[in-house]
Amino acid sequence: MEWYAFDTWIVLTGALSAGACALVGSFLVLRRMSMMGDAISHAVLPGLAVAFLITGARSSWVMFAGAAAIGLLTAVGTEWLHRKGRMDEGASMGIVFTTFFALGLVLIARAADRVDLDPECVLYGALELTPLDTVALALPFFGEADVPRAFLVLLAVFVLNLVAVAVFFKELRLVCFDPALAATLGFGAKRVHYGLMTLVAVTTVASFEAVGSILVIAMLIVPAATARLLTDRLSTLLLLAVLLAFAAAAVGHFAAITVPVWFGFADTSTAGTMAFVTGLFFLGAAGYASLRRRLQTRSTPIATL
Amino acid sequence: MTGGESEFSEIFVRVLLLRDYNTRLVVLSTALLGIAGGVVGSFLLLRKRALMGDAIAHATFPGVVAAFMLLVLLGGDGRFLPWLLLGALAGGALGCVAVVWIRTATRIKDDAAMGIVLSVFFGGGVALFGMAQRMPGTSAAGLKSFLYGNTAAMVWGDFLLLAVSAVVVLVIALFFFKELRLLCFDEAFARAQGWPVRFLDGILLALAAGITVVGLQAVGIILIIAMLIIPAASARQWTHRFGWMLILAAALGGASGWVGSTVSALLPKAPAGAVIVLTAAAIFLVSLLAGSDRGLARRGWRARKLAQRVERQHLLRAAFELLEEQNADPRTTLVRWSDLARRRSWTAHRLRRAATRAYNDALVNKPEADGFQLSDRGWREATRVTRNHRLWELYLIERADIAPSHVDRDADTIEHVLGPDLVRELERVMARQGGGGGAPLPPSPHPLS
Repeated sequence: MEWYAFDTWIVLTGALSAGACALVGSFLVLRRMSMMGDAISHAVLPGLAVAFLITGARSSWVMFAGAAAIGLLTAVGTEWLHRKGRMDEGASMGIVFTTFFALGLVLIARAADRVDLDPECVLYGALELTPLDTVALALPFFGEADVPRAFLVLLAVFVLNLVAVAVFFKELRLVCFDPALAATLGFGAKRVHYGLMTLVAVTTVASFEAVGSILVIAMLIVPAATARLLTDRLSTLLLLAVLLAFAAAAVGHFAAITVPVWFGFADTSTAGTMAFVTGLFFLGAAGYASLRRRLQTRSTPIATL
Repeated sequence: MTGGESEFSEIFVRVLLLRDYNTRLVVLSTALLGIAGGVVGSFLLLRKRALMGDAIAHATFPGVVAAFMLLVLLGGDGRFLPWLLLGALAGGALGCVAVVWIRTATRIKDDAAMGIVLSVFFGGGVALFGMAQRMPGTSAAGLKSFLYGNTAAMVWGDFLLLAVSAVVVLVIALFFFKELRLLCFDEAFARAQGWPVRFLDGILLALAAGITVVGLQAVGIILIIAMLIIPAASARQWTHRFGWMLILAAALGGASGWVGSTVSALLPKAPAGAVIVLTAAAIFLVSLLAGSDRGLARRGWRARKLAQRVERQHLLRAAFELLEEQNADPRTTLVRWSDLARRRSWTAHRLRRAATRAYNDALVNKPEADGFQLSDRGWREATRVTRNHRLWELYLIERADIAPSHVDRDADTIEHVLGPDLVRELERVMARQGGGGGAPLPPSPHPLS
């Protein structure tokens, strides 16, 4: 195996995307809305397509805004269908996001000659290609450096999520664990909900190009769920989730370029292996949690129960 | 452009009459998919497992890719559909087991369990696919068509396989109809009756996996969930009877498949899977607005009717109580707007509107400048309404220990829906209590403001 600067950028970009996702995803998992991440990340497709058709350029701000808007629309539509249409929440989610996704597919297919937007790219992302698209940046100590554009975008989103979570930590915690109390105290649970959904949409859109929508779902949910198995404290959970996400990016990329070689292949998709590695982490944590539970129940004297 | 038009109309006729071999296969198979998806989806929807279909569908991807790789390693071509579908079924089943395991063995909830399985399995599939693409001697590119569906490549053998699978799924679903219905509506009762609830849940999820496999080629992994949810959700807007819902969901699903794939064959560059889903979504939108059971229009209409009835009863009772206070003859005395407005704190406009409606129902005589007169019918109705209100008030005071000063509002919430049976029951109870309930019209238990 050979490791280039290229690989370092891939890991860093993947880690930032995964970390940003894990931050907001923790709240999705705690609020039992994990599938919302799935719905939003799928529904983003038509937003990208329309914005792309209008501006004709990829990765412009319009595209970003269009996709994030559709993501938010998915959250609003699901809520509306659930409330007004009296539909089961999962079902309303499924209806909204499949409709948007289908719309996106048709739009892209109809404009195939003008649009160079591959739906598969949305699904898998192109993490391996992100280091090719760089921006020259003057840094205080390093002088002039070529930094991948995706890295900068994801850095911004990661910081945004970090700040948002730090500033609204109290409100988010309250809405997660005691929505009724939050409502009584006058924190708009609704405002927090849509604020969170906006962050999810923005994170998803920023991540999709680099890592694809499937990895986004994996990173939103799996590190947070893994951390949930290991701790009961929200702050610890957030920290653990982000660390697990970083680790998944590093291990995932490493596995992507080494493991296939053992079986005689060249390499494989980093996004895919990253998602798969988070699954392994989860499996490990589940094993550890059940072991600990078993040891605890065995060692606890009956009298203290 | 006449040439183009006649060409188009020729294509139109060819497609509609299913003259093309490929179109015929695609339309028939998507219609079958829609029918089977509607039936299985109805069960899933009522069991509140709609998104489970999504997790299963995504979990089929690594199954497909692994099956492909295995066959290539064994020296085959890899693109042998029955084998790939078998792999899909295995992947889906493993995904189901994983979701159930996470839900029961860890503290992670349903939603996250589905999200984990969906993304990790799919991620694994993508990683495998990355390797399969570079396998020598064969092309894995065809596997991509399972993501979004690709109907162009369908041949007779594929169709036969899909048709048989769809029919098998349908037959199993109908065979377990009674048990699955019980599971959907009353799991606790099913358990108490000794039905193997877990086994039945397993059957349901296996059926969902079956649908995924049937739809893999036409609609693709990502959108297959739409074929399970949307027709069933549409059907639910029209009926609350389960049998009808199943039939309707099958019909709407079948229609979505048929119309969607026809449209896709007519328009260039319109992927069949996506168009089918959009057709189903359009049907859902119409159902949501116009559905005869839960549709928004129907529910809005019902709510309006109820609000009007409540308003009418309030008007009549207010008029009755005014007349009662004045000890006046209802046939000659005018009920004044000003008095009514004070009692009900309604705006003048609302008061007039309620009076006009009551006039249309012949409950009051034609409203005049400063008030209206109750008709004979209106007086009888007003007496009845007031009597119900007071009976219920008395009942609340004597049986539910509610203070007389608070009882008016509590009575308000229920009096409009008191049926004749309940009123007779109230009369009986109150007569036995000797609380004035036996009187033809008990006096109000609280001062009338």
